[in-house]
Amino acid sequence: MNLLEIENVTLRFGGLVAVDNVSLKVEEGEVFALVGPNGAGKSTIFNLISRFYDPAEGSIRFDGHDLLKNSADHVPSFGIARTFQNIELFEQATVLQNLLVGRHRHRQTSMVSNIIFSPKTYREELGHRAAVEEVIEFLNLQPYRDKMIGGLPYGVRKVVELGRALASEPKLLLLDEPASGLSVEETQDMAFWIEDIQTQMGISVMMVEHDMGLVSAVSGRVMALSDGKELATGTAAEVQSHPAVIEAYLGTGDISKTGTSRT
Amino acid sequence: MDFLQLVISGLANGCVYGLIALGFVLIYKATEAVNFAQGDFMMLGAFVCIGFTNHEYMGLNFWLAVPLSILVMGILGYLFNWGILRHMFGQSQTSIVILTIAMGFIIRFFAGAIWSHEPTSLETPFAGQEIRSGGLVLGIDEVLIVVVTAVLTLAFYLFFSRTRIGLAMQAASQNQLAAYYMGIPVKRIHSLVWGLSGMVAAVAGILFASKGAIDPSTGLLGIKAFAAAAIGGFGSLPGALLGGLIIGLVEPLASRYGPPGISQIAPYAILLLILIFRPGGIFSQTQRKKV
Amino acid sequence: MRFVFKTSYDADISLFKHRAQAVWYGLLLLLVLATPLYFVAIGDAYLLGEITGILILAIAGMGLMLLTGHTGLPSLGHATFMAFGCYININMLGAGVPWVIAFPLSGLIAGVLGTMIALPVLRLHGVYLALATLAMSMLTSDFVVIAEPWTGGIAGAAVPDINIFGMEINRYSTPYKFYYLVLFVAILLVWFYRNLLRTPTGRSFTAIRDSEISARAMGINLTRTKAMSFFLSATAAGLAGALFGHSAGYVTNETFDLVMSITLLLMIVIGGLGFIHGAFFGAIVVGIIPVAIANGRSFLQSTFDMNVNVPGLESALFAFILICFILFEPMGLYGRWLKIRTYFELFPFYRKDMFKRQKSYLKTDRVQ
Repeated sequence: MNLLEIENVTLRFGGLVAVDNVSLKVEEGEVFALVGPNGAGKSTIFNLISRFYDPAEGSIRFDGHDLLKNSADHVPSFGIARTFQNIELFEQATVLQNLLVGRHRHRQTSMVSNIIFSPKTYREELGHRAAVEEVIEFLNLQPYRDKMIGGLPYGVRKVVELGRALASEPKLLLLDEPASGLSVEETQDMAFWIEDIQTQMGISVMMVEHDMGLVSAVSGRVMALSDGKELATGTAAEVQSHPAVIEAYLGTGDISKTGTSRT
Repeated sequence: MDFLQLVISGLANGCVYGLIALGFVLIYKATEAVNFAQGDFMMLGAFVCIGFTNHEYMGLNFWLAVPLSILVMGILGYLFNWGILRHMFGQSQTSIVILTIAMGFIIRFFAGAIWSHEPTSLETPFAGQEIRSGGLVLGIDEVLIVVVTAVLTLAFYLFFSRTRIGLAMQAASQNQLAAYYMGIPVKRIHSLVWGLSGMVAAVAGILFASKGAIDPSTGLLGIKAFAAAAIGGFGSLPGALLGGLIIGLVEPLASRYGPPGISQIAPYAILLLILIFRPGGIFSQTQRKKV
Repeated sequence: MRFVFKTSYDADISLFKHRAQAVWYGLLLLLVLATPLYFVAIGDAYLLGEITGILILAIAGMGLMLLTGHTGLPSLGHATFMAFGCYININMLGAGVPWVIAFPLSGLIAGVLGTMIALPVLRLHGVYLALATLAMSMLTSDFVVIAEPWTGGIAGAAVPDINIFGMEINRYSTPYKFYYLVLFVAILLVWFYRNLLRTPTGRSFTAIRDSEISARAMGINLTRTKAMSFFLSATAAGLAGALFGHSAGYVTNETFDLVMSITLLLMIVIGGLGFIHGAFFGAIVVGIIPVAIANGRSFLQSTFDMNVNVPGLESALFAFILICFILFEPMGLYGRWLKIRTYFELFPFYRKDMFKRQKSYLKTDRVQ
């Protein structure tokens, strides 16, 4: 069954066509990767799903809901969580607090109930805390639980951001360059986690990634984009050998060697 | 005739507001900081010039005192950034806002301590001279204000759109990191901009004090200048000037033709209304933050 | 160094981190409760009045701290909300509403009014909000004059005494009762504030402060959450305003001016942005400066026969302290206290860069 359906979506910034008539479907339980040179419109598609941008044309449907009819802050409530290309964590808070914000969509209590710390609020907090602990366990974040984000190394922040997205118990996880800036070992961990997220937790994953090693290791289907247009869709191997993709990458060389490029 | 007289004195006032607003916009455009002490810079510039030229102080020749005080204010602006603001690089805008407010208090205190809290006028060679044409009486000071402001605005416009350093200043504001990568010395540029806006403040102050008396609390005029800058949308030099003129015109006209008290409220009410209905200014451009 | 072994989730949720902390705060509570005894003993309640004034400032400061320190929205107009609270309180008391109803209502109405005014500009970025509230501040005095039937205009209005179920409280005739009343309100608000910060509402505020874009991606409605924070903040300011009225006894159109708004903002920065303690530390500094200046002045006069009487010295000194703090101790007095405490806890393993935050380059904020 299709979880996410994007149909004929086009987005223009002034004269620039950032996304040009792109259609794609993410099935339940699959890992779907977007690849392509910088400026191809990969992150833009994420921002369209997150409703940060309004498409000029096309439709985006998720799990039976028309996303275009909802604002950005409603998107998570359907079960979509995401990470950002240039880590957007809450810097002046601890890891624990960051993960707890990820639980926001499950919030049941009102402001007044929070202020007087009603029994209901207390029970809810315990629930959130237990759920977050599972994420901490899964991602091995125990040593950093009460550390401020501001002092953490880059690799850990990347994991915390993944954790924050997982804490919301999503159906679809959008990962924007999960391996960029990570060391080889950290990238390997990331690959294992993505596999576990897919197989154990049953969460579908859509990711933008330059590291073709990671992409071929974890993703079922891959879509290559260039200049906002779809070039090819298929398995990682199929896409890598597709003539249009090779052509698009001619300027930057072989697609498999673009793993280290960062934007 | 009466109406025309009002308009002209309003325009002259408006030019001063416009020049103060120009100072904000310069800084905002280049460093994305908002200088809440710009009005106090203006006041200080006026007092520095008074200190140089008035006979009870140094008694220098007016035409020597003017460039001197502009220079002094330029250096002070540069030093303010170099000595204080530079160390806050990357801190939140709120801290910078608060810091400049605090700076305003300190400037007001020193101006009061050095030049007293009595209203003082600048002694100019053209004080009291008038141009008469028909039934219209124009003070030279008022004409001078309008002319100087027009020239300055044109100069700045050319500076930002034509010169390398002007473009570098713009680039530095859009994205500090990218500008850094492109080899633009962001911090030095910031200091230069502050120096520049100190000089503009001096010009505004000198013009203001040659037309009427000034005292340390005159710096609060800066808040009216915010209204001017808001009309222009904070990013536009001609917009700031136009905003200044609008505020300058509204004040005397409202006090003449409006209900009592309205002219006092008008500039702040305009500021509030603009922020509510046209936060991007009258000529707004739209832009989005990239994620 | 204390290691806190957490054995249940309650350890992360409860008000105090560990038993010792609870004990310390308990002692502090005892101290503030016992303070009036000292003044009873010396038979002069003047200083107690000053302390009460500091507490009132701290209440207003907590309101602003929630907005500026925890939600990241600067306001230069909190004296206006204090004015709302003060005048609404006066009018309700004048209309015969009992104090126990009039007082909380004056805070709530101030909160609603403040939110209604701020709502249109809450969509905008920080500096714009600062400007809008600045404009509001400048207009306050004029509106007090215009609304003369309710405010007494330029002539001013007398504030009625507090009457709680027959118990009369007046700042001068019953200073001890007034102190305990203000203390009660302050402690209640601290408790509310702490509850907020450990629950989803408070977390959504800090999320907005640290990253708006990310907060939205977590499902936080920016405008609604900011409005919520603004409401709570203006409510606290309104309550402080009502108490301030009782403390001053008489208010005019110049009572709640721009200087007061700015003082509140500078105060919480000196105290430490983002910490409840900051509101109290800042209020203490604001309360002490005039006393220190007066003492310094009379000292200079008596020993060196120097007459230092420069207007504006107070605010200049205050501003100077603030600049020093922003430059050398951006976390404020509370931050300094944290560092000293950590130094002794970890002695001799404290490192200088322990509290250092990574400096980031400014990306453009112009989002519209």
